[in-house]
Amino acid sequence: MTAPTGAHNASHETHDYDVVVIGAGGSGLRAAIAAHESGARTAIVTKSLLGKAHTVMAEGGIAASMGNVWPEDNWQVHFRDTMRGGKMLNNWRMAQLHAQEAPERVWELEEWGALFDRTKDGKISQRDFGGHRYARLAHVGDRTGLEMIRTLQQRAVELGIDVYMECTVTQLLKDGDRIAGTFGYWRETGSFIQLNAPAVIIATGGIGKSFKVTSNSWEYTGDGHALALQAGASLINMEFVQFHPTGMVWPLSVRGLLITESVRGEGGVLRNSDGKRFMFDYITDYFKAETADTEEEADRWYDDHINNRRPPELLPRDEVARAINSEIKAGRGSPHGGVFLDIATRRSAADIHKRLPSMYHQFKELADVDITKDPMEVAPTCHYVMGGVEVDPETQAATVAGLYAVGEASGGMHGSNRLGGNSLSDLIVFGKRAGESAAEYAAKLDRRPAAPAADVANAIAVALKPFDDNGDENAYTVQQELQDVMFSLVGIIRTGAEMEQALAEIEKYKARVKRVTVQGGRAYNPGWHVALDIHNMLTVSEACAKAALERKESRGGHTRDDYPKTDPEWGKINLIVTEENGAISITHKPLPQMPADLAQLFEEAK
Amino acid sequence: MGHTQKMRVWRGDAAGGGFVDYDVPVEEGEVVLDAIHRLQATQANDLAVRWNCKAGKCGSCSAEINGKPRLMCMSRLSSYDPDETITVTPMRTFPVIRDLVTDVTFNYEKAREVPSFAPPSDNQGGKFRMNQLDVERSQEFRKCIECFLCQNTCHVVRDHEENKPNFAGPRFLIRYAELDMHPLDTVDRKNTAQEDAGLGYCNITKCCSEVCPENIHITDNGIIPLKERVVDVKYDPVVFIAKKIGLRKDSGRTPVGPAGGGPSPIKHPEKFADS
Ligand SMILES: Cc1cc2nc3c(=O)[nH]c(=O)nc-3n(C[C@H](O)[C@H](O)[C@H](O)COP(=O)(O)OP(=O)(O)OC[C@H]3O[C@@H](n4cnc5c(N)ncnc54)[C@H](O)[C@@H]3O)c2cc1C
Ligand code: SF4
Ligand code: SF4
Ligand code: FES
Repeated sequence: MTAPTGAHNASHETHDYDVVVIGAGGSGLRAAIAAHESGARTAIVTKSLLGKAHTVMAEGGIAASMGNVWPEDNWQVHFRDTMRGGKMLNNWRMAQLHAQEAPERVWELEEWGALFDRTKDGKISQRDFGGHRYARLAHVGDRTGLEMIRTLQQRAVELGIDVYMECTVTQLLKDGDRIAGTFGYWRETGSFIQLNAPAVIIATGGIGKSFKVTSNSWEYTGDGHALALQAGASLINMEFVQFHPTGMVWPLSVRGLLITESVRGEGGVLRNSDGKRFMFDYITDYFKAETADTEEEADRWYDDHINNRRPPELLPRDEVARAINSEIKAGRGSPHGGVFLDIATRRSAADIHKRLPSMYHQFKELADVDITKDPMEVAPTCHYVMGGVEVDPETQAATVAGLYAVGEASGGMHGSNRLGGNSLSDLIVFGKRAGESAAEYAAKLDRRPAAPAADVANAIAVALKPFDDNGDENAYTVQQELQDVMFSLVGIIRTGAEMEQALAEIEKYKARVKRVTVQGGRAYNPGWHVALDIHNMLTVSEACAKAALERKESRGGHTRDDYPKTDPEWGKINLIVTEENGAISITHKPLPQMPADLAQLFEEAK
Repeated sequence: MGHTQKMRVWRGDAAGGGFVDYDVPVEEGEVVLDAIHRLQATQANDLAVRWNCKAGKCGSCSAEINGKPRLMCMSRLSSYDPDETITVTPMRTFPVIRDLVTDVTFNYEKAREVPSFAPPSDNQGGKFRMNQLDVERSQEFRKCIECFLCQNTCHVVRDHEENKPNFAGPRFLIRYAELDMHPLDTVDRKNTAQEDAGLGYCNITKCCSEVCPENIHITDNGIIPLKERVVDVKYDPVVFIAKKIGLRKDSGRTPVGPAGGGPSPIKHPEKFADS
């Protein structure tokens, strides 16, 4: 391995690598570590500083069937829970690999310095979460994501992997039909940077910034989804967006901010304005057999999972979010338009401080609410996109040679709905796989692909366009309008007519963003950054709305008022999104067939 | 109830700058970062500011508000008088890039200098056993969100550029403490903490602990115990004998990673004549 050389190429810098990873969240860092350890010259590119990616915000935990609390747990049970949580639309092979490999990946974090909370006998402690049959989430209080990202970040820095931080990729470069690298800009200076590499891993996270009420940050503009589409790769499951049942509703400025599911895992319950634990009214047939139907049984479950069934508050997220939505609509909501989440009457103040310290802090500081004394007000918030780049389950390879995708940016693993805790485990299981396979692909090539100069020149022109226009649009305004439209028309409950309306609006925004002009220069100019990101937001919004319009049923993170039933025929179909000459289209693709031995697991459990 | 908030924000870059006054409409319950964002969306599109989580979890939005180092997302407007002008400036200890954004590379370089964690090998099947009580000491330091407010506040480097090469700063002194107290770590870091990280520069003023948004007891639980251990090891004759006969864990094993040197992996934009 030789050190990459920096070369000046006209007015931008270029560097050569074997593998470039876009994204420094859990998945990107894990992939980079794996690629580096496989011998590839590896670089990480990230829009934010190292350690600030979304992964840092994850609270509840990492799902892995280590069986430390319930020895009955094993990968088969985890696999089954994951598939049922996704309403069987998950790529079965990904769900299987994920369930099988998650424990080892968690132990590996421990070898790299992570300090998880412990059980009495000194093993990694595991907590309950929605949709998981046994207490399965390895955690550190309610700051598990911080532990994961810091551990991986420290590991990557120790290994000496090159990191380009505050550097945004705006285009993937290709040589014919293969990937040849990335093109982007430094936020600090606005100067351009080209990384030549035969293999590129997209680890850019989600798309939640396109929705008004969201737990996601400015970074979640769907860059990786859009980059992949433009490079000719396909997306899968884009109609499925997870609305987390418990977002903050008050004060307005924190609307959408996440309240971890651990609050319910630790015993918190949902009540309406009559004080009623309403979740008992919303147990669907699908989960009837495994859900408690009395408060007494539900309360016994926390100490005895074997002889009691789970409380309905811990149904998968799509079920709980819909229930909360119905209660609010029926006029049984809280003063600020949510419902009540009560932990105060259920656990001691000391327990709450110990188990949910950052939730206590968040409410105390931002809402003046003491959660050890008063209930929280909560309503659904856009949280996670199940859809992403369509990948091979073993290698995470996308449909374009040299392109890989991992983490929230990839699709298939979670089907129509992700279980809590299954993202962090997904990041490290498939991060490792993606890094290794990208390195192997790069090593096997006999010729390094090279992007045509004209494509690079074009990428520069596109990036600079907002400066030379004398337009009359403000990118922030278009962004806000888009967020309103997506949240109200392609949100938690959808109808055909509303989605058509949303698509018509998106067409108008597309015309408007052509007229966006930015103030100021190129150095650290957020106005310019938004003007570029908005194109990606429009692309992913359109992909999501089109797929959602096409799927004429309700399933997981896709609920239609005009097609309220889950339709077994649609259960056999994935929707694939592709783009050609800027036009987005949707095609049907049959689900891969699950082998008989795995299918058997669902028979036994009935 | 909303009101119009008077804001004074430092605008400029490495070449210089100054304060600009703004009137910003704000709503009940908002924080300083909300006001800055509204300003950015409506009056100053190019205002440079860092943020990610808006919930005190990522440590991006550090700045000085009325001269106090704070997270903008955790500073409620209601804690200021509505008629008061709120002044926001970038962290002073780090070179400014633009407006409220500073170059925090110093911290990433210091992070790289800490000899890496070195556990016993092989945790296959999750063999490691640790007591909750034992992990809690290090866990306190691992709550750090790397906002670098403590680094910004510490007088050893604030306005003392010359000390930066020799002093890791409170954030990284507690990283040493964290590893030192880590039940699985096999490396003795007391000497590196003293000699390479400049533990001796700290004179326990506790200013760092005061600004830490995570309420980490940087000085009391981290730096002071570390200092005590350094003194102990240096003068404790029993330890000295134990060391000779090889009973203690500081086996002199070479840590992997940064201590071994090599160029920093953190890359920076190349400077061009035309940019
Ligand atoms: C508040 C909250 C709590 C959560 N809690 C849990 C939990 O308890 N358990 C769980 O399993 N999951 C949880 N999740 C979900 C989980 O945290 C995320 O899905 C996961 O962290 C995503 O990781 P990632 O590696 O895919 O992407 P991220 O961590 O989001 O990283 C994306 C990276 O890509 C970079 N990037 C993006 N675009 C570009 C570009 N154009 N150029 C360069 N770089 C780019 C970003 O800078 C960033 O570094 C939570 C999510 C949120 C928001
Ligand atoms: S206690 Fe030490 S590290 Fe903290 S601010 Fe004072 S001198 Fe700096
Ligand atoms: S120790 Fe506290 S103040 Fe210092 S960087 Fe960490 S969180 Fe910030
Ligand atoms: S934005 Fe994350 S700490 Fe303020």
